[in-house]
Amino acid sequence: MNPHAVQFQSDAGRLAADLTHRQRIQSAMAKYGAARGPRQALFRDWQEGRQTAAETKWAGLNQLDEHLVAFEKNATARGTQVHWTSTSEQARQVIVDILQRHRAQRIVKSKVMTSEEIHLNQLLESLGFQVVESDLGEYIQQLKGEPPYHFVFPCMHLSREEISDLFENHLGTAQTHDPEELTMIARRVLRQKYIEADVGITGANFLVAETGMVSITENEGNARLTAALPRVMITLVGIEKILPRLSDLALFLPMLATAGTGQPLTCYNTMYGGPRQPGEVDGPEEWHVVLLDNNRTTLLADPEQRDALHCIRCGACLNVCPIFKNVGGFSYGTTYQGPIGSVITPHLRGLQDWKHLSGASTLCGACTETCPVKIDLHHHLLHNRRNGVQQGGSRGEGLLWRAFAFLMNHPRLYGLAVRLGRLAQPLQNMIAGEALDPLQAWTKTRELPELAPQSFREFWKNHRPALPQDQRRSS
Amino acid sequence: MKITLFIPCFIDTLYPRVGISMVQILEKLGHVVTFPEALVCCGQPPFNSGYWPEARQVARPVLQGLADAEVVVIGSGSCGAMMKVFYTELFAGEPEEAAARALSAKCYEFSDFLVNQLGVTDLGAVFPHKVTIHDGCHGLREMNGKAPPRALLKQVRGLELVEMAEAETCCGFGGTFATKFPAISSAMGEVKCASAAATDADFVVSNDSSCLMHLQGLLSREGRPLKTIHLAEILASV
Amino acid sequence: MTERDKILQRIRLALKNPAPMPGAHGSATGLRAARTAAESARDWLPQVGPSPGDWMTLFTKHCSDLKTEIVVVGDAAAAQEQLRRLALAEQWQRVATHGAGEAAEAAGALGLPVLSTDGGYDAKELEACDAGISGCDALIAQTGSILLTARSGGGRALSVLPPHHVVVARREQLVPDLPAAFAWLHHCYGPADWPSMMTLITGPSRTGDIERILVLGAHGPKKLTVLVY
Ligand code: SF4
Repeated sequence: MNPHAVQFQSDAGRLAADLTHRQRIQSAMAKYGAARGPRQALFRDWQEGRQTAAETKWAGLNQLDEHLVAFEKNATARGTQVHWTSTSEQARQVIVDILQRHRAQRIVKSKVMTSEEIHLNQLLESLGFQVVESDLGEYIQQLKGEPPYHFVFPCMHLSREEISDLFENHLGTAQTHDPEELTMIARRVLRQKYIEADVGITGANFLVAETGMVSITENEGNARLTAALPRVMITLVGIEKILPRLSDLALFLPMLATAGTGQPLTCYNTMYGGPRQPGEVDGPEEWHVVLLDNNRTTLLADPEQRDALHCIRCGACLNVCPIFKNVGGFSYGTTYQGPIGSVITPHLRGLQDWKHLSGASTLCGACTETCPVKIDLHHHLLHNRRNGVQQGGSRGEGLLWRAFAFLMNHPRLYGLAVRLGRLAQPLQNMIAGEALDPLQAWTKTRELPELAPQSFREFWKNHRPALPQDQRRSS
Repeated sequence: MKITLFIPCFIDTLYPRVGISMVQILEKLGHVVTFPEALVCCGQPPFNSGYWPEARQVARPVLQGLADAEVVVIGSGSCGAMMKVFYTELFAGEPEEAAARALSAKCYEFSDFLVNQLGVTDLGAVFPHKVTIHDGCHGLREMNGKAPPRALLKQVRGLELVEMAEAETCCGFGGTFATKFPAISSAMGEVKCASAAATDADFVVSNDSSCLMHLQGLLSREGRPLKTIHLAEILASV
Repeated sequence: MTERDKILQRIRLALKNPAPMPGAHGSATGLRAARTAAESARDWLPQVGPSPGDWMTLFTKHCSDLKTEIVVVGDAAAAQEQLRRLALAEQWQRVATHGAGEAAEAAGALGLPVLSTDGGYDAKELEACDAGISGCDALIAQTGSILLTARSGGGRALSVLPPHHVVVARREQLVPDLPAAFAWLHHCYGPADWPSMMTLITGPSRTGDIERILVLGAHGPKKLTVLVY
């Protein structure tokens, strides 16, 4: 097994058994569920809405090249500088160059998942820049020295007590277990950061080809401040975020909010179309949009799973995922957790290293059902499993399944196996759950069912229907 | 109507009562039941493990064996979903693609078949117990939704149905997942058992024996008095 | 070859293999032209009543759910009076506003020191104001949102830096739904005269990051008031 898979098994196993963790995540997700259900029910037709959203994204991706070129043209016409980057290194370099050109020291970031993907903070800090995350959850995670636990709810695994301790240690503030007071502590600290910052870095939820705009969805107002006060603004965004038209947002914004948090709209949905324009009173003098590929074109090249690029990162598939609820966000070891992370990470970072995440699913389909853009998530988990086997399955397992197929195709042999099983069961019972037990993976926590003394097939052989004439076809 | 049953290996060997109950119910309703004994497995285990050629090897005889069936009724949502939904994917671009689509169109999960094809909900069953229902994921999301099993239970004399919290959340079985990721699987099952137990029911009922095998395994190990039972067994109780 | 060309080339190569239409599961039957969100959003979004009266009822209901304060009055003078009451109740010392419209008039009538963002401002001073008083482009019944832009909202920061944001709006600015709001934007600013910032504000700033418990005023204003006349 590869080290990522080993790590996953051990982290997931540990957290799945951690009852405090389980309780905390389940109760947070219950709040999410209670908010979302009624909100979704208000839609005239949610199912047709998600079909439409999926088709809009599908059509957008089918002409991704043209839309990106249009975005660039429209954005540039308004003074925006657009940068194209293929890899993490290139994106980091572009950003560092901008920072150095402006002799920037202080940088304020609003929520930028793509920057987690390219490990931007570590680099900037090592180069001596002062970087501060401004989204409350991200700020808490930054103080904690941890990546986001969930790409929408970054610190949902922490209790208010833990957050209070963290603030006491890093900010010297007095202990308080009131979420409001804790939030106000962060507000006071971060206000100064916006005002002092030389450069603001944001992510983006949508790129609008028609108008060359970027749309940012948030609740706290930190992105709005990040885009308002610093002299220079940088937006780092994946190339797949394209929407053909501005009015497409009329559907996407409420769907994102409904699926993400159960709100009608999040607090601020802001469309930026350039740096400060002539006659405007504020806003950055320069705005750079850094378009990031970073293997998104690899996923694009797989038509079977291309729809995974429709993702609007609402986080709903994590929220309903029973695996996520039990293993938590860190076990994945990926920038994007949960079902969507399990689907795309093999494409972004290598199938053989990350296929185990696709294996770690019961294929219950809750993710696919909840996804506002109808990504076939659990089917793609199956596709990744198949591709993983095709491109390097384990020899032993291959043999096992060939033997299985042989057995199932030979009913006599199968009948014999059942009878042998009945003989073996008492022996197995003696060692159930112990190290020697070949079925230990099951029996360590669960009782094994007993083989019935008479199988259905044995019953059927002697069965005569209670009907007047026996019309059964013998097979 | 001539109804063909598909009885997968684990119902055959571990839960024959489920299959027997289905036969009794359908025959009592006046239908002719046939059972192709040679078909043991739908091929889901290798399919879910990524071994698609091996899965096709298992599935081909199923396609052939059921080609002439009028309708196919399956007592496990999971095998049902395999045949109804995933075969078309497994055989996409293969010579059997058309056969897979034809089979998909005539496969039904047992409770869905009773309610939506035969139009019956009252089978005259008596089951004087408090039960709670677990929606097997594949039955729920790929086959028929929540309504049919509930419509049937509602007509059972003496039965009291109490819904558990998050009835739609997966129990954590997931086939080979249960042994490949035993810790996660067990944790999910514990959550499910806890919400079932919280209803104070005597039985957890489901239309999928594979979920029940997992849950019963956990319940017995935890020493909880709660028992599992397949919907067909309740419907056949008189 | 530039990085831009390389990326575009990879995209074109990738798109040589078409992806099945969503929901079709690879079947070629039932293929049709894709629907677009821009054209059909209204058919799926939450219902809004037919008359402006329905819109106002819905908008007001959203406001109360969202913890936006809404005050509907008869005329501009009454709106100014309401603003005066707010100023008194919250003991404002200094307010910020912009332009020469209703918002500026109401702010001016308070008799307090006023910071106007017109022609630029010092961020620290704006931060120290007790309220930001702005106009808007539209109010949206469907979601309880306020649509404002860098133009109608006095820049990017006025509506988000002071602790209380007050929007002064006229009744006829209320539109039924999001498609109407986007149509309005196109009408006002399209095809090429867009303000550099356009935002939909739906309730005062908030966060649920700590144990998913709602706290208002995370970074933006803790209070949001809409004065409609
Ligand atoms: S895959 Fe779907 S549900 Fe998951 S985050 Fe993306 S859009 Fe949301």
